[in-house]
This record gives sequence, structure tokens and C-alpha cells, in this order.
Amino acid sequence: VFKRFVEIGRVAFISFGPHAGKLVAIVDVIDQNRALVDGPCSGVRRQAMPFKCMQLTDFVLKFPHSARQKCVRLAWEKENINEKWAATRWAKKIEAREKKAKMTDFDRYKVMKAKKMRNRIIKHEMKKLQKMSSKKGKKPEKSEKSDKAQKSEKVQKAQKAQK
Amino acid sequence: MAGEKAPGEKKPGEKAAGKKKTGEKKPASQKEVGEKKKKIKKRHASRNPVLARGIGRYSRSAMYARKALYKRKYTAPETKIEKKKKEKPRATITKPVGGDKNGGSRVVKIRKMPRYYPTEDVPRKLLSHGKKPFCQHKRRLRASITPGTVLILLTGRHRGKRVVFLKQLATGLLLVTGPLVINRVPLRRAHQKFVIATSTKVDISGVKIPKHLTDAYFKKKRLRKPKHQEGEIFDTEKEKYEITEQRKSDQKAVDSQILARIKKVPQLRGYLRSTFCLSNGVYPHKLVF
Repeated sequence: VFKRFVEIGRVAFISFGPHAGKLVAIVDVIDQNRALVDGPCSGVRRQAMPFKCMQLTDFVLKFPHSARQKCVRLAWEKENINEKWAATRWAKKIEAREKKAKMTDFDRYKVMKAKKMRNRIIKHEMKKLQKMSSKKGKKPEKSEKSDKAQKSEKVQKAQKAQK
Repeated sequence: MAGEKAPGEKKPGEKAAGKKKTGEKKPASQKEVGEKKKKIKKRHASRNPVLARGIGRYSRSAMYARKALYKRKYTAPETKIEKKKKEKPRATITKPVGGDKNGGSRVVKIRKMPRYYPTEDVPRKLLSHGKKPFCQHKRRLRASITPGTVLILLTGRHRGKRVVFLKQLATGLLLVTGPLVINRVPLRRAHQKFVIATSTKVDISGVKIPKHLTDAYFKKKRLRKPKHQEGEIFDTEKEKYEITEQRKSDQKAVDSQILARIKKVPQLRGYLRSTFCLSNGVYPHKLVF
């Protein structure tokens, strides 16, 4: 049922507070509500932090409890947590949300145009497939599906470049 | 009395008293006496014997007679400024008058007597400060609005349209253009307060805006000379606005320069063609313009 546990070395994401948006490693547990936490590679000083503002990630580091900052840093850099984090879907979603909020009026227009074009292409392919299936049978469908996937990929790339 | 006589004493006895009083004045007064010996005789002593300190024997008028000031009247030479001042302004003007057997002209006063004197005096107004007329007001412009910024008009018949800002006019209104071929907004004035400034900017550095595009050029014209009966007035007043040739040529001159720069930016033309609108889930305070 639960897959992520609070343990020494668990990397957590801080959701609110002064250090919102940063990653920290749990170094020690103080009591039921607080943990000693340290983020040497993310700019968080070693401090006590309530569990409520932490959200556990999938990453666990290996260091003994109450290890000093140097050890935590070594473990962090060995595991390459910063790069691993940036590759997760979680971090990508956060980044996408931030980008969307920063969009200017002109950007919104460009996105609207790109979405429109993409949807048009998809619709066009769908209509084609529907026609095919209603006319011939099931055989030509498979080849058409791969075409549609390629075209939609192209549009997605164009969207990302514009953003 | 004593006060009156003291200045009276000073005039004839000035040089003599001056000699006695201050040592500094001595060489100067001696010089003057030496110079004036050629023209005037030596100065007379005071003709007003002193009774007590500050009190003379003779009155002011008696002294006038004793000193024979009726004979001695000097005026300072007339300076150029005074000569100019003597030129009085014209008081009357002759105007031609029409009609038969009328004499042809009348002599009319330029500055006439008041035709009404109020029975009560107008109370003196209190001093006020810093109340300037509109033409002298300080004009401000938001930092986000610079030449070439794309603005979103919020009011007027062109509401929601995206438009290019050119410059701020003397009254503080913003000169703005569509350009016309893109979104049918001509060279027009817009109010700063009813406009959203986006962060999109077109490079208008080399564009020359004709200098005759001022507030007077854009101001609405209204005819108000009712000489005839009232029925005729409503016909002569401009009911429909007609685009003059000058406006068309000015529009062309400005737009041709701007269109070239708009074409350089991809998708900008389509952006200017589109209109701004809000929909569900879109909150202006959360949007970044």
C-alpha cells in the first residue's frame, strides 16, 4: 500500500514554506512531526523541518543517521540526484506548469495556433481511418496508424520548440 | 517737526556735513568739490540755523523760499527706457462701416468703459498654488509602454484588438495604429488607462512618424455657426464621418514602414489580426501579458 517511507537518506521534495520547490535528504528523525533535514546540493541548510511540508520522492541515499553535511553531499552527488530528479515526470510537470504560468499573450497565441494545427492533423487522420474501416476492412488500418503517430510527433516537437 | 527738518538740513549742508562726519567720504567729496568749482560756486552753509539739536529755525516751506528752489528744478536726463515708455498705446481705432450715407467709418475706442458696475464688491480671492491648466499638466507614461509595444485596446469600437503603439501625444493620449490592413484600426488615439500593455514589442527604431499628427489633427470637428433658422442647422453638422485623403496618405506612410518590420517576426501578423478575449478559467490577474 505504501511504497515510500520516511527513512534516513530519503530524498524529499519541499512543497511549501520558505524552501518551497527544493529537494532535501532526511538525515534524522527528531520526533513524530519533525525531521532533521539537509540539502547541500539544493541550497537548504541543515535544519529541522516538519514532515507536513515534505513530500517523499522515490530516491534514497546511503548514509548513516546524523551524518554531517559533507557525507550527505557525497552521497547526493554519487547518486546524481539532481539529474535523476530532472528526468522524473514529477519534475517535468512542475516545469511545464511554471512555463505555462509565464506565457505571455503572444506565446498563448502561438500555442493556440500549434494546438489547432495538431488537432486538425489528428482529426484528419482519424477521419481517414474511419473511412478506411467502414469501406475495406481491418488490414489497411495498421499501416495508417503508424503514419498518424509520426505526424502528431512532428507537431509536438514544433510546439515544444515554440514554447 | 524735528524729523522733518533733519532731512532738510542734509540737502544744503550735505557736502559740509559729509566732510565733517566720515573720514571715508572726505576724499570723494573733496574731489567732487574740486571738479564742480568749474561749474558751480562753493556750496552755501546751512541756511537753517539750529535752535536745538534736530530742530531748525525755519519751516519746510520757509526753507523752500530761502533756498530759492522755485528757481532750481533739475530733472534727470531722459533715458531710453523712459522714452520707450512714453509711447502710449493706441486708444482708438477707425473701423469701416457699411451702409448708405453713413460716413464710411467710425472711430471706436479700443478699451471701453465697463458696462456694469456690481453693487457689492467681489471679495478678494484666497491665494491658491499649483493649480495648473490642462495644457501644463505633467504627462506620465507607464514604463511598460514603449514605442513599438503591442497594446490590447479595452474600450471603444476596437475593443479587444491588438494594436501597435507609436508615440505619446502632447495631451498624454497614445498614438496607435492597427496597422490598417491587418486589423482595420487606423491611426488613432487611445487612452493609456484603457489599454493593456503586452510584453511583445515591434522594433520601431527607424520609423519616422509625420510631425503633423498631433491632437489637433485627431480632434473631432464640430460646426457651430447657426446663422439660419434652427431647422437648417442639423443638416450642416457632420452626421457621418468621412475619411479625408490626408488621413489615407498618412496611414499609408506610417503603415508601410511598420508592416515591413512586422513581417520579420514570425506569426506576429496573425497575432495582430486576432482579438483578445477571456474564457472560462482565464483570470486577468493571473495572466502574464
